[in-house]
Amino acid sequence: MKLMVNGEAHEIAATTLAELLAALDYEGEWLATAVNSDLVHRANRAEFRLSDGDRIEILSPMQGG
Amino acid sequence: MFELLGTSLPSRLLLGTAQYPSPAILADAVKASGTSVVTVSLRREMAGGRAGEKFWSLIRALGTRILPNTAGCHSVKEAVTTANMAREVFGTSWIKVEVIGNQDTLQPDVFGLVEAARILCEDGFTVFPYTTDDLGVAERLLDAGCKVLMPWCAPIGSALGPVNIMALRSMRGHFPGVPLIVDAGLGRPSHATTVMELGFDGVLLNTAVARAADPVGMARAFGKAVEAGREAYSSGMLEPRDVAAPSTPTIGRAVFS
Repeated sequence: MKLMVNGEAHEIAATTLAELLAALDYEGEWLATAVNSDLVHRANRAEFRLSDGDRIEILSPMQGG
Repeated sequence: MFELLGTSLPSRLLLGTAQYPSPAILADAVKASGTSVVTVSLRREMAGGRAGEKFWSLIRALGTRILPNTAGCHSVKEAVTTANMAREVFGTSWIKVEVIGNQDTLQPDVFGLVEAARILCEDGFTVFPYTTDDLGVAERLLDAGCKVLMPWCAPIGSALGPVNIMALRSMRGHFPGVPLIVDAGLGRPSHATTVMELGFDGVLLNTAVARAADPVGMARAFGKAVEAGREAYSSGMLEPRDVAAPSTPTIGRAVFS
């Protein structure tokens, strides 16, 4: 299905958020994920089923002021 | 010791972590400043890049308290989602909420700010709102559940210092029991001293340290400046007057004519 991941279009076979992260080489406890502008908790990624056209944001700690 | 919302902090200076020449200089600046709270952000991670992991390791090693922000958010929804993501990553319910209303001045959208603050306070966050010096907005933020206010003293990164002393003094006077932390616009240590002399409880700054020729030295200077201002405020300063008053006693003065 077609997904937007951090603003880039991807054609992905993954069906859950956890599978998507593994497929695109995102790993680590420091990552936060949102689908269609809503947080998806770390504990829920394995069960969270993706749909065609979903917008996924994968964020990590960064410098800030 | 600075008692902030039930937390004891050794310093009244809060320091941002952006724009430093290197991670090592950032770490040294944080240590030199004596700060016990650093601000951090969330940004898109690159696949396989692990930049976030490296930065997070550096920050955790500093041993300071973390104040995540919602920098760059222009809507309530963005700010609320970012805050929720920050709580998961950083493991703290403290959140500096920014909802930007004007791209040129980075002035907060105070209407969106109040709405975001209400949502987040109801969800158990401790909201540090980046706001203006407007008293009406301050009242709304307190009504929304905020226990601390963070008024700007000048636009972010401008280094102008407190451009409206009267407004800051007025804010201090109107909210005697509310922790007030000046956030944004400080350019030099004397600016920090000035706002602390007004009775503010702390200052949060970033650019003035990070972009200094010697960030570590400037961080140390700001740490001292904040302490000096606070001690001056606590010690009771003289009110200015329009006429001279001799400091040397006039009694016993010699008469030669």
